[in-house]
Amino acid sequence: MAILRPAGEFDTSYASDMATIRRPWQWCLLLVFLLALFTLPFYASQGLVALVNRIGITIIAVQGLSLLTGFTGQISLGQAAFMTAGGYVSALLVNELGWPFLLALPAAAIAAGLVGLIFGLPSLRVKGFYLVMATLAAQFIIPWFTRNAFQDVLNGAQGLNVQVPVIFGVEFNTPQRYIFLTLTVLVLTTILAFNVTRSRLGRAFISIRDNDLAAELLGVNLFKYKLQAFFLASMYAGLAGSLAAHQLRHINSETFTLIDSIIFMGMLVIGGLGSNLGPIFGAIVVEFLIEAATLLGPFVAMIFPAKSAGVVQALRPLFFGTSLMLFLIFEPRGLAYRWQLFKAAWRLRPFSH
Amino acid sequence: MNPKDTQLSVRNVNLSFGGTQALVNLGFDVRQGEILAIIGPNGAGKTSLLNCLNRFYKVESGSIQFEGYDLTKIAPHRIAGLGIARTFQNIALYTGLSTLDNLMAARHIHMHSGLLQSLIYWGFAHREDISHRMVVEEIIDFLEMEHIRRSIVGSLPYGLRKRVELGRALAMEPRLLLLDEPMTGMNLEEKEDMARFILDLHERQKTTILLIEHDMGLVMDIADRVVVLDFGVKIAEGSPQEIREDQQVIKAYLGEAR
Repeated sequence: MAILRPAGEFDTSYASDMATIRRPWQWCLLLVFLLALFTLPFYASQGLVALVNRIGITIIAVQGLSLLTGFTGQISLGQAAFMTAGGYVSALLVNELGWPFLLALPAAAIAAGLVGLIFGLPSLRVKGFYLVMATLAAQFIIPWFTRNAFQDVLNGAQGLNVQVPVIFGVEFNTPQRYIFLTLTVLVLTTILAFNVTRSRLGRAFISIRDNDLAAELLGVNLFKYKLQAFFLASMYAGLAGSLAAHQLRHINSETFTLIDSIIFMGMLVIGGLGSNLGPIFGAIVVEFLIEAATLLGPFVAMIFPAKSAGVVQALRPLFFGTSLMLFLIFEPRGLAYRWQLFKAAWRLRPFSH
Repeated sequence: MNPKDTQLSVRNVNLSFGGTQALVNLGFDVRQGEILAIIGPNGAGKTSLLNCLNRFYKVESGSIQFEGYDLTKIAPHRIAGLGIARTFQNIALYTGLSTLDNLMAARHIHMHSGLLQSLIYWGFAHREDISHRMVVEEIIDFLEMEHIRRSIVGSLPYGLRKRVELGRALAMEPRLLLLDEPMTGMNLEEKEDMARFILDLHERQKTTILLIEHDMGLVMDIADRVVVLDFGVKIAEGSPQEIREDQQVIKAYLGEAR
C-alpha cells in the first residue's frame, strides 16, 4: 500500500512535503482537540478526569516501549521495572534532597534511561525471545533491589511516601490539577516521539528492526543505536514512573509489576507496532476495556452470585486477554493500521482503488 | 587516485565452513573505475567472497586491502563509511519503509544529527533532512522510480525491489559498489533496464563495480574483466574474450569434452 496523499493538494517545497501536520485545517483540528483535552477538568466528572490522567501516564510508558519494540524491534518486558526506577529516583530527589519537582522529573527520566542502558547491553548478543528473557531480568532485579538494598533510604518493602508535586507554588494534589501536568508531559513526549521517528535516528532504528544485517552494511552501528533505543524507552518509562508515583503519593516494589509490562506490550500490539499513534490508540482502548470490565462486574456477579467477588476480579484479565487474542488473529498490525486504511478509503472514495 | 590503480586487493584469502573450503588461497585485484565480474557455478564461493569483504564472514587467513585499509580488521559497520556499498542476492530492503525512506536511511553515513538533534528535530536535523532529500530525489530520478517514491517496498514487485536496492546502494555514494546477482529472476526487459542503469552510473560517476552475475551474455557485454571461481579456487582471470576461450572455464561450466 502506498502512502496516499489527498488529490489536488500539492507541495511546493521538501519542508512542506515532509511535514507531519500538513494543512491549516489539520492544525485547527489538533488545537481544538488539545483545547478540549486541557479544559477537561472544567466540564467532566472527577472519575473521568482521573481515568484520562491514568491513560495519559500509561500512554507515555507505552510510547517508550513503542520506540524500542515497535520501531527498533527489540522486544522488552522491562518497561514497568524502569518505571519503578524512575519513580524511586524522583521520590528520593524530592524527599531527601528537596529538589523541585520540575528538576526531579527529567532527572528521574535520565536515571531510568541509564538503568535501561544496563539492561539493554544483552541486546547486542541476543535477539527476540532471548532478549525478552534478558529484559525480564530487569523486572526481577529492580524490585528486588528496592526491597533489599539500602533499606535505610529505600525503606524496604514498605516503599516510600512521595510528596505532592509543587510547581511555582501550585500544589498538584487532585486529579483535576494533576491532569495538566500529565497532559503537558504527554504532549511533549508525543512530539519527541514523532521527531525521533522521522529523523536520522528513527530511520536507523527502523533499519535495525527490518533488516539488521543490511543496516550494519549501510553503516548503522547496531550496538550504539540499540542502546540509544533502550535509553529513550527507559527515559519515557522514567517519566511515566515519576508522574505515577507523585500522583499515587506512594511507591514500593509492587507499584509497577510484570503484569504492567505485559499489559503495555498488549496495548502496543492492539494499537499497532511501528506507529506513533499506536501507543495512544492501544492505551485508550485497553484502559476503557478494563473500565468496562469494572462496570460490567456487578451485573455478571448477579448471574453467578456464589462467586461474585472472583468474577469481578477475573473479568479484567479476561477482557484484556480476549481482545489481545482477537487483534492478533484479525488485525495483527493494530488499530493504527486500521486508521490508515480508513483514511485511505476516505481519500479514494467513491472508488476503491 | 588514477584510473588503473588498484583499489581493492584480495590476497591469499582462505575461508571454510566446517570441513568445506569455501575460498582457497584466493587473490585478485580490482582496479579503480572498472567493472569486474565474478562468475562461477553455484556454490563456487562468489557470495562468500562478498560476505568476507563486508566482514559478515571472518577470513581465516589472507588480507583484503581497500584504499589502504585492511578490511579484515575493521568493524562491519565502519566499512560503509570507507565507501563500499552492496546489494544482496535475496533482496535485503527495509520492507516496512517507503522507497524514499529506504534511500534516506542509506544516507545514514553522510548525515550527522545525533540523539539530541533528532529529538529536537527543528533546526539542524530538519535542514539536514532536506538537503539529503535532494540527493535522494536525484537518485530516484536517475533510476526512474518517481512513481513508487511513496510505495512501501514490501508491496513492490520483484524487479522494482531490485531497483530500489540498487538505489539504496547508490544513495551511499560508494566508491566501490558490490552487486550480488542484480539481475536474477528478472525478465529480459528488466535485465536490460538494470544493465543500462549500471552502465550509466559507471559512466557518470566512475564508480568501481564488482558484479556477480549468472547471465553470461550480459556479463560478457558489460564487464571490463572477469574472474572465474570454481569450488573456491580462481581458475581464470582476464578480459571477457579471454574467458570465453579459456579451456578450464569451459570445463567448469560444461564438463569435460569428449
